[in-house]
Amino acid sequence: MSTSAVLEKKPIEGVERVEGITTKPLKSPHLRALEAEAIHIMRETIAESRNPALLFSGGKDSIVMLRLAEKAFRPDSFPFPLLHIDTEHNFPEVITFRDFRAQQLGERLIVRSLEDSIAKGRIVLRTPDEVRNVHQTITLLDAIKEFEFDALFGGARRDEEKSRAKERIVSHRDSWGQWDPKNQRPELWNLYNLRVNPGEHVRVFPISNWTELDIWQYIDVEQIAVPKIYFAHDREVVIRKGALVPVSVLTPVRAGEQSVIKRVRFRTVGDVTCTAPVESDAATVQEIIEETMLARLTERGATRLDDQTSDAAMEQRKKEGYF
Amino acid sequence: MQTETISTLRFSTAGSVDDGKSTLIGRLLFDSKSIFEDQLLSIGNASTKRGHAKIDLSLLTDGLTAEREQGITIDVAYRYFATDKRRFIIADTPGHEQFTRNMVTGTSTAQVAIVLADASKGILSQTRRHAAVAALLGTPKVVLAINKMDLVGFDQTVFEKIKADFEVIAKDLGLASVTVLPISALNGDNVVSKTVEDVNNLAWFQGPTLLEYLETVDASRVNSTALRFPVQLVSRVKFGANKEHRGYLGQIESGTVRVGETITVLPSNEQAQILEIITVDGNRDVAYAGEAVTLTLNRQLDISRGDLFVNAATENAAAGLDDAPQSNSTITANVCWLGNQPLDMNRRYLLKHLTRSIRAVVQAVESKIDIETLRPIDGGTSLKANEIGRLKLNCAQPLFLDAYADNYATGCFILIDETTNATVAAGTILLEHKHD
Ligand SMILES: Nc1nc2c(ncn2[C@@H]2O[C@H](COP(=O)(O)OP(=O)(O)O)[C@@H](O)[C@H]2O)c(=O)[nH]1
Repeated sequence: MSTSAVLEKKPIEGVERVEGITTKPLKSPHLRALEAEAIHIMRETIAESRNPALLFSGGKDSIVMLRLAEKAFRPDSFPFPLLHIDTEHNFPEVITFRDFRAQQLGERLIVRSLEDSIAKGRIVLRTPDEVRNVHQTITLLDAIKEFEFDALFGGARRDEEKSRAKERIVSHRDSWGQWDPKNQRPELWNLYNLRVNPGEHVRVFPISNWTELDIWQYIDVEQIAVPKIYFAHDREVVIRKGALVPVSVLTPVRAGEQSVIKRVRFRTVGDVTCTAPVESDAATVQEIIEETMLARLTERGATRLDDQTSDAAMEQRKKEGYF
Repeated sequence: MQTETISTLRFSTAGSVDDGKSTLIGRLLFDSKSIFEDQLLSIGNASTKRGHAKIDLSLLTDGLTAEREQGITIDVAYRYFATDKRRFIIADTPGHEQFTRNMVTGTSTAQVAIVLADASKGILSQTRRHAAVAALLGTPKVVLAINKMDLVGFDQTVFEKIKADFEVIAKDLGLASVTVLPISALNGDNVVSKTVEDVNNLAWFQGPTLLEYLETVDASRVNSTALRFPVQLVSRVKFGANKEHRGYLGQIESGTVRVGETITVLPSNEQAQILEIITVDGNRDVAYAGEAVTLTLNRQLDISRGDLFVNAATENAAAGLDDAPQSNSTITANVCWLGNQPLDMNRRYLLKHLTRSIRAVVQAVESKIDIETLRPIDGGTSLKANEIGRLKLNCAQPLFLDAYADNYATGCFILIDETTNATVAAGTILLEHKHD
């Protein structure tokens, strides 16, 4: 059975210190405005919800969310727990980082695992190693029900993908966790409507208006630590349908394929079976920023093997209650 | 870092179906090299599937399945791009009357509203509606982009005629600042560059291209400098040497706060001095509008969410200012009705203003706007979805009000239906001007 992760103090594998910065660069007016907007949204959510939680995966966007939560609520402890929906198809560095960061902040981390849902028969896999992103929804909605959360902070950004570009900052979910994109609440100025009926909840996206570049620039000025796999490293990969697929226990080399060692980094970290790295030499945050400025592919297009199937893949999943 | 000094401009786009809004946004993104290769590949594939010879740039902006199926925009999509000069946030809003509420959503935070017209059709009823929404929301700058100039042979007289028509509308609505630009989104004339393949089809036009305009326009809001600090939350932890002070968390909506300054807390009317301005990045001596901070006071007062800190009256008098908000439980406001169910004068609504939510009833529908003539007509007893009118509302408690024209941040509110939890109206507050 899963319980809240037990955390203990020990040296941390896989946590990269931000290197190459000696003095803190000045935060641009643009980042200051985005930061203030996010703090305001978080505080409104706390004021107007009964039982909120923050989705924390150990990825860069949710790491930035934690920094924003510090800005909004420190020196107090966070008025919400962190929640991770664990596919158990993880990059180990990311999980190590997740636990390290929660412990460092002294905040409560709740982990709910797909394996539990599978064991309970809530999720039936067709093959044991299939992509698990789609199934996360069930575990997520079960966790929402278990804890009776009525507001969930998510680190989604509107620049990520077409259907995300359509989403409100405060996005209503019915009692089935469904999103109705054709009937969203109007959202004006900075007046948010967080009201829900029992059993319903809202997803709240404080960094809706941030781009991938903003995230890295914020990580830079705030000197935020992120998992090592965001930086260039040598990795065994196979090239499959044009994408680099990392070789792991879950994603072995298939018959007829040749693996190669490439210098890569990850732009997103998710389910190991569907997250592809990009070729890169960017070994510092500054180099990632420069690379992001020149990037010719969207973050998802470059790195997510599961969204390519159709234009509507993400919208469909979101309607069903996905992050 | 290259981007440190670059400002951000938020603009919205609206047009009637087929005026070329999607093509225009695609063109802006494409010509400013803001489209990623995988997006290009995906719309290239979709264009081929639909039998188009050229890439159809309009496909870039369709976000939802229903939108692709129906070829229309249903809800706002937000897009982000940057040039060497500025960063941009586009709120791409639907033009169809049925989705006006989504247009209102996207336009409420825009500094520039771009309204599209088709040169071969001129001003339509939808154009008037879009201009009326921009007027209601007090968008600082409005651009009329007259598109499809190629269909009228790039004729200056057509442009001048539509421009004159629009200027009448702008005057009727009291739009402050209007710019009219000729463009052809399909080919790119006057969108990012003046010329298309070195030909300047609009040589008679002396003004900027649309992008030049967006890169250079000063669209900052002239806003009140009176302090408005609505308390969002009261801290659980206490501050100070003896942990005797509560912290008040909030965003400075307008004005500045300084350590040592006296403020008045509304509604209690108690006065106190600012002891500390706390942020995680260190304490401050002064903080400005737009910043999210935690304040402590030198006195222990009973303060909760929804209270408002303003400059103390004594200091206003010394500075020759009278910037206290009006305390009133009756509000007159311009309102756009957003709910599927029409306004019901028998119902109680929840009015959210700053960080307070209180009950309110509509006492009178004083008038509504006839979208064809843009004149106020008899309001009757209700407003339907997407109608704009003037209401008198009665609130269960007094609110501390500024006119929207004086204070963009504190002059607005929304109405929520407590039964459905839907956001049913957006309002901008009208007050008699105190200074004239
Ligand atoms: N001739 C011409 N056609 C245009 C222009 N801009 C858009 N169109 C066409 O007008 C139609 C509607 O355009 P679209 O961008 O989908 O309009 P929307 O409904 O406002 O988003 C499409 O067939 C476009 O190719 C233009 O500048 N000139």
